[in-house]
Formats: sequence, structure tokens, C-alpha cells
Amino acid sequence: MPWGEFKDTAGERRVFQRRTLAVVVILLLLMGVLVARMYQLQIVQHETFSTMSDKNRVQVQSVAPTRGLVYDRNGVLLAENRPVFSVTVVPERVGNLDETLTELQRFLSISEEDLERFHRRLKERRRPFQEIPLRYDLNEQEIASMAVHRHELPGVEVNAELVRYYPHAEMTAHALGYVGRINRDELQRIDPVDYAGTNYIGKSGIERFYEDLLHGTVGYQHVETNARGRTLRVLEQESSVPGSDISLHLDMRLQERAFSLLEGRRGAVVAIEPETGGVLALASVPGFDANLFVTGIGVEAYRELNESHDKPLFNRALRGQYPPGSTIKPMLGIAGLDTDTVTRELTIWDPGFYQIKGRRFRDWKRSGHGWVDLTDAIAESCDIYFYDMAVKMGVDHMHDYLTRFGFGEQTALDISGALPGLVPSREWKRAFRNEPWYPGDSVNMGIGQGFNLATPLQLATATAVTANQGRWAQPRLLRQVIGDTPATEALPEQKRDDIVLRNPDDWDFIIDSMKEVMHGAKGTAREAAKDASYLMAGKTGTAQVFSLAEDEEYDEEEVRERLRDHALFIGFAPIDNPKIAVAVIVENGGSGSGTAAPLARAMFDAWLLEFNAGEAGLVVGAAGGNSP
Amino acid sequence: MASRDFLQKLPSQQLTQSRGFWSMVHLDPILLVLLIGLVGFGLVILYSGGDGRIELVKGQGIRIALAFLVMVVFAQLDPAVYRRWAPWLYLVGMAGLVAVLLIGVGAKGAQRWLALPGLPRFQPSELMKLVVPMMAAWYLSRHFLPPRLSRVTVALLLVFIPMGLIVKQPDLGTSLLVVASGVFVVFFAGISWRVLAAFGGLVAVAVPLMWVFVMREYQKQRVLTLLDPESDPLGAGWNIIQSKTAIGSGGWSGKGWMQGTQSHLEFLPESHTDFIVAVLAEEFGFVGVLSLMGLYLLIILRCLYIAVNAQDSFSRLLAGALSMTFFIYVFVNVGMVSGLLPVVGVPLPLISYGGTSIVTLMAAFGILMSIHTHRRMITS
Repeated sequence: MPWGEFKDTAGERRVFQRRTLAVVVILLLLMGVLVARMYQLQIVQHETFSTMSDKNRVQVQSVAPTRGLVYDRNGVLLAENRPVFSVTVVPERVGNLDETLTELQRFLSISEEDLERFHRRLKERRRPFQEIPLRYDLNEQEIASMAVHRHELPGVEVNAELVRYYPHAEMTAHALGYVGRINRDELQRIDPVDYAGTNYIGKSGIERFYEDLLHGTVGYQHVETNARGRTLRVLEQESSVPGSDISLHLDMRLQERAFSLLEGRRGAVVAIEPETGGVLALASVPGFDANLFVTGIGVEAYRELNESHDKPLFNRALRGQYPPGSTIKPMLGIAGLDTDTVTRELTIWDPGFYQIKGRRFRDWKRSGHGWVDLTDAIAESCDIYFYDMAVKMGVDHMHDYLTRFGFGEQTALDISGALPGLVPSREWKRAFRNEPWYPGDSVNMGIGQGFNLATPLQLATATAVTANQGRWAQPRLLRQVIGDTPATEALPEQKRDDIVLRNPDDWDFIIDSMKEVMHGAKGTAREAAKDASYLMAGKTGTAQVFSLAEDEEYDEEEVRERLRDHALFIGFAPIDNPKIAVAVIVENGGSGSGTAAPLARAMFDAWLLEFNAGEAGLVVGAAGGNSP
Repeated sequence: MASRDFLQKLPSQQLTQSRGFWSMVHLDPILLVLLIGLVGFGLVILYSGGDGRIELVKGQGIRIALAFLVMVVFAQLDPAVYRRWAPWLYLVGMAGLVAVLLIGVGAKGAQRWLALPGLPRFQPSELMKLVVPMMAAWYLSRHFLPPRLSRVTVALLLVFIPMGLIVKQPDLGTSLLVVASGVFVVFFAGISWRVLAAFGGLVAVAVPLMWVFVMREYQKQRVLTLLDPESDPLGAGWNIIQSKTAIGSGGWSGKGWMQGTQSHLEFLPESHTDFIVAVLAEEFGFVGVLSLMGLYLLIILRCLYIAVNAQDSFSRLLAGALSMTFFIYVFVNVGMVSGLLPVVGVPLPLISYGGTSIVTLMAAFGILMSIHTHRRMITS
């Protein structure tokens, strides 16, 4: 400081005091700001933050209901729920992620696909401490390894969930359908509240049709969680309602028998109980392992199934639309009698061919059957008789009566995915072929060729109606809902009218003709019915295979095989008080009598003699002989 | 000058009457009681914020006890000592800051510590929180007050150069506190309001420039998060949202001690360090917050009282600056926790868990008590 000047101590002091005053004012102001802010948060916005605080700590967790089980008529389990273990990782709790993953590979097999999926999920936005799945469906060894080593691996969790399992895999896939993980489209359809916590939904078949019944109702838990999502305690709880267990008309023993009878071949068997309409067997061979589809089938496995020439994914019983061939002759016979086109006694001369408008149609028997009446025509499957009757009856009547038997429509109550087949008519031909109906079309229609298409289910249905003499019991799979709901509530309403004939005795007549097929001296299926201890009625058929698919290439043997006719057969037994009606198709089986009929006979034997032997009402009589 | 020399030669004891116990031990009883009350309150909240872990409280308690010891030691030294040593301490501090940038150690990508052989680890920037105001006060009190513009410029340089070094570590929070302490010295020295306004204008211009050229990504992100925490509720905005939820859900009287759901259920991060005010707010409500603010206010007012009654310019400037720095701690932390200011990692003074700032703060209080109890003249 320069000599001679004094510090103005008092002055400096005054300045300081003024500054301090200013500072205190600013101080109080800023404190005021803080207090005001706190007031705003704690008092003014208290409700909002209180709610947020609760939202943080209280989580509503849904408790997924257990899916209802599916049984066959005898209590054999067809679909159950098994615990499946999966491994998840919480990255925030893991020390070194790469090390942990390497360590895990000592106990689990982790594929490249799994790792890729895991790392992808890792990069996505997620809540802190949310777990990321690494592997699903651990096998027993892996579960055990994880149990032993889990404490060495912080951040790694093992979760269990119940997953649908089909013990009979291939044999029930087409009949039951299967469940799979819910996809985006389905998410739009379902009630998100009810399906919170559920990962699976029925995709096809019974699993899909009775989804509501089998799913049950979701339950809730109000839990207090910490920021890691760990549940600390349950505050409130509402139990889930498990899905109803159901039992079906299916008999697994019969189903197994059908599969073994068709082993090595392609085809379908549908068996219906005429009295109730219950489907006893629904076999489409080859089948596939539905369990593969539940957790999500791998790309390779799916490609294999999809590209197989035997088409295991194709449900032949419900969706195979074949020309019914001669199997519809009994039904057309009913039509002919009821419309007075023919009489029981009318005979015609069958030289082996039929001529109409310059075109010749042949009988399968080159030499013809000679003089035939309706019974003979059915028993020996005479085509000429039916050509003649068809032309005389006309397409309109034929269409009318065939639809009364359920052809051309989907008549099953709870079988989803069934196709309606086709019964042609003038209108149909106009609309789809832009052509008028020609007499030649009627000729073909008369023997079940031409435009006619029917599924094995429809054939079995029509057979059951015939067995019932016109009384309709629409086919259904559901037999019983175990619990409070009666099956009638779960099933849709029956809507079909019984077939009422002017002369109800016509039924007996036609059934008799069908008995001739099996037991008569000239019946086309008499070989199959040999030495039977009961009387059966049936009709053979053969459907022509028209063309190969363009993209298929075969070797010569295969080509020959796949060009052969399909073998068909319908029938029921016993004649009095029928217990089972069956439709069989063996693709490329050649002849109906040779290939399909024996199969049906085996099914009858199984049902009547093996599985239900000793039951009241079974008529066990001598084979052969004509009915009065 | 002459008057100062004269006064310095007189033995202090001859001029003063018999002093009380407190003067003898060089402690200010009022401030002491307030501080003990504050740290006691703090330990109670810490117990809850630390989720009931008694080791945390014990550790903090020990640290506080040591800090009180530091305070007592600092209180014994005459303010003249501080004034004499100020430039040397400043040079040492600057050397330390440079060294940290070259050979510093640290965690989380920040080099803040010096680990020299034979010495315990220490943070030079913590030291600067005390030394920078001391230096500024020393420089300005040597000459007339209010200071000329040239002197102000020099003083500001003395403040901003260390700040720049600290920012480079990077440690934005501490650098702001250092700057604040220095600027308060200049303010208390009496620069004209016009200069202050001009300076404010400079800052306003500098801020956008800093945004573009100086600030790092995460620092920019913090400001953006402040303005809209909901834009990234699971990431950057999480802390602020949870903090506001904790505070807001406290209401008038809070959820009760140890009953805070936000902290105990782990929604609120840093609940025993930076965000501990939120724990207080959640558990003791608006009433609790007012009490804490009141306690802090009393402490600061007492410190300002000490400053006003200090007996020379150096002491006044230093005391004023230290008081206001303490206030800045409170304002920035509470503002940050309640969503008014971006997150800058400033602890709640004397309450947040953690040792370094407590020691520095208590040292500052020690200096304040020293200023108050080393009197040369009796005020009549």
C-alpha cells in the first residue's frame, strides 16, 4: 500500500455490511424458491406423486390359469400341462456377462440362434433389472445342473412355466389340434386382460374351438415389489379359475388301431357313433408331432414337415376333398326311390357301357353286369344302372338329396378346419365354370365322379345318417365338460333336419343292399366280411387320381404308385342298432374292396369285439345270409 | 499499514478482558450447537437412507468426529496465519491440480486424486475450495476496497484458472463451487453493480459457447434430462422422476421414519448420498424439509454474523465467501434433487454419506470460528 494512505476501515466495513444485506436478501429469496418448489411438489402435486409412488411399488401381477386337460372317452389323457424350465439372465446382476455365458455353456447347450436372440434383446430398450430369456425347455440333466450351480452364477434365474404336452403326439395332432405362442394377430383379437400372463393359445382343432372353455379365467395378485421387480409381499389376491377339463368321444384304442392299420400308407379313417354323432376316431396318416409346434418349431424341422411328399401337416380326414366315387350310390339310391325315378323292382340291362348323345361311358366291369335291379346295382356297384338313374333324376334332385346327407356343407358341430367338399349344381357350374349343365355331367355325378368332392368326415357323417335311417346326429368331438357346464351348453346348436322319406321302409331296403355288398354272393366287399360274427353294411368306392402336382418329381415306382386310384369304403355295424359308422380312404390304394374294406372290417372287429365286448345291445349273429 | 503493524505488536491478551471458556478454546458455541444438531439430524436420515445399515452410520459418525477435530484444529490458528500462507497454499494447490491432470488417479473416468508416495490420497480440488477464496481475499484485502477493475480482473483470473483445471478432470460440480467461492469474495469486496451486471452478461454469452465447445455429452444430457425427464424415463430421467416422486409423495408430514417406499424399495438411487434430501422429504414431509432448511438458514446467518463482525477485510471477505459457499451447496443439491437444476453431483452438506466434503466443510467452519474468536479489539 502506498505510504501515506490509510485504509478506510470503517468505510470498507460499511461496504461489506451493505453487501451482506444484499446477500441475505438474495439468500432468503433463493431459500424461498427452494421452499416454494418443495411446497409445489409435496403439497400441490402430492396426489400425483403419491400415486406414482404407489405405482412404483405396487404391481398387479396376473396369475395365469392352468389350461384344462383333454381326455378321451375312457379317461386317457390326450393333452396335459407339463412344467418346462427356462433360463433367464438379469444383466445388471451379473458380474461379467461374457464369462457368465461361457460358464453357462458348461451346463446348458446354447445354440448360435439362442445367443443371437439374447444379444439382440440385450440391446433393446428395457426396464432396469428386467430379465432376458436365454434358453427354453431345459432337459432333466440341464435342470439338475442348474440347480447345483445356480448359486455360482449371480443374475441367472431358472423359471418354470406350464406348457401344453400331447402324450400321443402324432396320433392326436390332427384330431386335437395344438396350442402355440400367441402371435400379433391373435393379440388383437383376444381380451388382453384375460390373457395377461398366458403365453399360449389354441391354434387349431379342439384346442382352438374350445379355447374359452380350456383357458379358464386369469387371477390377480397385488404385490409390493422393489425396483428390481422382486416381489416382497402379496397385498391382495384373487385366485385364477383353471380351465375346464373336457372329455371327447375319441377312443384312443380305436385311434391307435386306425394308425397301425394305415401304417406306411397315406390316408384317413373317420369313425362316428351313429346314435350320438360322437367321433370315435379321427385319423389322418401320416400325422406329425404336435409338441414341436407348442413352443415354436425350428425352421429346419418345419421345412422338413412342410416339404415331405407325404404331407403330414395336411389333415386328410377334415380337409382331404376326394371324389367319393361309388360310395354315394346308396344315398343316390335313396334319392332315386324317394323321387320315384326308380322302383325297387326296376331292372335294366347292363352291357358294360352306357351311351348318351354319342358319348360312351363305361362300367368298371368291362363285360357289364347283365340284368340288374337296385339291390344288385349297389351290391355289385354297377355303374350303368346309376348312369341311367342319374340322367333320369336330373342334377337338381341329386343335388337336393346329397345335401340332405350333409355333402357340400360343413356339418360338424365343433370340428374346426373341416372343408365342405362340393356337390355340383346348375348354378354352381354357371358360376364357377361359366358353362351350362350337360347330361354328361349328370352321368359322372351318378357314380360320384366328375365335380363331386367329399371329405372322409363327410363320408362318415353320411354313413351315420344312413345307419340312423335319416335321423341326424351332427358329428361332434366334445362328449363331456368335467365340472358344472353341461356339454350341451358348450356345443353349438344342432340345426339339421332329419331326412324324411315318403316311404320310410326305403331305408331298410337300401341298408339291405349295403348288407349284400358285405355278405352277398356277388358283393364287392364279401372278402372283407368273411367269417364275421355280426352283420355289417357298407359300400366300396374308387376315386380316380387325375394329375400330379407340377413341381413333383418321382422315380418310376413312385410315379406308378401315386397315379393309382384312391381306395374308399364306407360302412356301419351291426346292422341292427348300429354302434359304429366308418369311412376309410387309402390314397393310391387301388381298389376299394381290396384295400379299404378290410381296413374297415378291422375297425368294426376292434370296436365291437375287442373294446366293447360284452356290452348289451350288440348283435352277434351268423355271417352271410340274406335279410328278409 | 502503520495502524496494522501497531496493532499486531500488541499482545492480544493485554487488550482483552477475561475471556470465557469458549473464547479460550476458540469455538463458537452457537455455531457448534447448530452444527451438532445438523449432523445429528443427518445421521438419523442417513440410517434410513442407507436402508438401516448401521455400518454406514457408524462410518459416517467416525468421519464426522474426525472432521470436528479438524474444525477445532483450524479454529486454533489465527486468521493472520491464513492470510500469510494464502499465496503459498495457492501455489501448492495449483501444482496439485496440474499434477492431477498429468498423473492423477481416479474412478469412473475422472482423475481427481493424487496418490503421492508417503502421503495419503487427497483431492487437490477439495483443497482449492478453501484456498481459492483465501487467495482472492488476500489479494483484494491488500489494497483499497472497493477494488479497481484491474484488480478485479486479476482476482477473477486467480479464480477461473483453477476452475478451468478442475473442469478438465472432469469435475463440473466442484469447479462450480470453487468459482462460486471466489466470485463471492469479489462480490463482497464491493465491485460495482454495473460491473457485476456486465459480468453476468459475459456469463450469459459464455454459457451457449460452453454448450457447444466445452460441455461433454453426458453433461449436456443432464441438462436435457432436467428439462424433460419423461423423455427417457428408464434411463437418464430415472433419478429425477424417482426423486420427485419420493419428495411429492411425502405430503405434509411424510410417511414416517424408515417407512419411505421410494428409498427402501430401491426406486431412489443414491439415496444415502446425493439424493438423501428426497429420503428426508418422503419420510418427514414438508415439515421435515422446512426444519432442515431452517437449520441450514440459521447456520448461514450465524456465519454471516461472524463475517460482519470480523475485524479486518481479509477475515470479512473470507468469512462471507465461505458462508455463501455453504449456501451454494445447499441450494444446488436441493435444487437438483427437486428437479430445478441439472444433476451435478453436489452432496448435501454434512448429511450426505461421504468423507471428503465433510472434512472440507468443517475446516471452513473452523476458519470461521477462528475468525470469530481471535479478536484484537474489543467492540464497545
